[in-house]
Amino acid sequence: MTAPRAASWAFHEEDSVRIKAVLVDFLRDASARTALLVDRAGQMLIAVGEPPTFDPTAFASLTAADFSANDQLARLLGEGDFGTLFHQGERESLYLADIARRVILVVLFDNRTTLGLVKLRMRATIADLTVIFTAMFTRDTGSTGHVDASFVGEAEDELDKLFGTG
Amino acid sequence: MSLVNYASREINCKIVYYGPGLGGKTTNLEYVYEKVAPSSKGKLISLATETERTLFFDFLPVDLGTIRGFRTRFHLYTVPGQVYYNASRKLILKGVDGVVFVADSQIDRTEANLEAMQNLYDNMTQHGYDLTRLPFVIQYNKRDLPNAAPVAALDAALNPGWNVEDADRQKVTPDPYRPGDYLVKEIDGVWVERVPTFEAVAVRGDGVFDTLKAVSKLVLKSLG
Repeated sequence: MTAPRAASWAFHEEDSVRIKAVLVDFLRDASARTALLVDRAGQMLIAVGEPPTFDPTAFASLTAADFSANDQLARLLGEGDFGTLFHQGERESLYLADIARRVILVVLFDNRTTLGLVKLRMRATIADLTVIFTAMFTRDTGSTGHVDASFVGEAEDELDKLFGTG
Repeated sequence: MSLVNYASREINCKIVYYGPGLGGKTTNLEYVYEKVAPSSKGKLISLATETERTLFFDFLPVDLGTIRGFRTRFHLYTVPGQVYYNASRKLILKGVDGVVFVADSQIDRTEANLEAMQNLYDNMTQHGYDLTRLPFVIQYNKRDLPNAAPVAALDAALNPGWNVEDADRQKVTPDPYRPGDYLVKEIDGVWVERVPTFEAVAVRGDGVFDTLKAVSKLVLKSLG
């Protein structure tokens, strides 16, 4: 039995506060610059630490694609998935980790820290975030409408303005 | 899987353009990118081969502005048309909120259209999504070409309709985009639903915004 559509889900202010607290601690302990959370469909959820200097929307879509492509590579090798990915640059590096199969934690760091320290500190952070997100997804299971009818009406008006009324 | 982010006051929806190779999916996005006001669009990202065939996807975020306190965006994606890249096609459908199938109207592309439509159904099913319940529209592109098949023939092949089992949905529904036609109606005692279709010449922009607007409105309704 297939679901009619992928469930929409909501990210609330209180979720954001709890997650930010976990990520702020992590960044301090790992001496990393920025932590981002991106969902598997390519949407940015939250950024903590130094504000990104790049286009976050483009970054999120490419991150999700990167992770999904590597998942498929893992399967070709007979692995379930690659839980983490590492991209090393000359100055900036990225470390990515799966959270509860729905979200990706992306950590940006430079030569003020080491990969070893980032990996070490990430283990507990991944565990903490997994608990938070699992509870969030369980809470939202079966929920449908997150916006009211007046939102839909106004959004349609904006669509007409942007794309023309013809 | 639309995401309502109460913390950053954002709503993001994902729309995927699907269809056979060289059918005009990327052209649709390029036209939108060209015509939408700079303040309403993000970067157009194309992961393409050296010959400009889509390898993984094209991506364009379109910003509707702030509505009732929520910044509302549509993320437009295309998939690679070639069957060779099916793994990539399937990945892009993850979390999709609405689908546009861009068909190539040329008679000699009938087989390619059918193959891509079947592939869309298969990939959606593998993700656990039901295409018949999701915002979905079809665009018949390249209507200007001399070898374009009649719309009736394209409808018969690509949009024959599916049976409506749910009694609540068994009601005559006019097609708002094709006056005199119906999206849901009873045929020989069986209730059948078709999806909205649009004729287009994407290289000139004809039909591009009509298609996008229709799927966007369906997606917005599905949020409510």
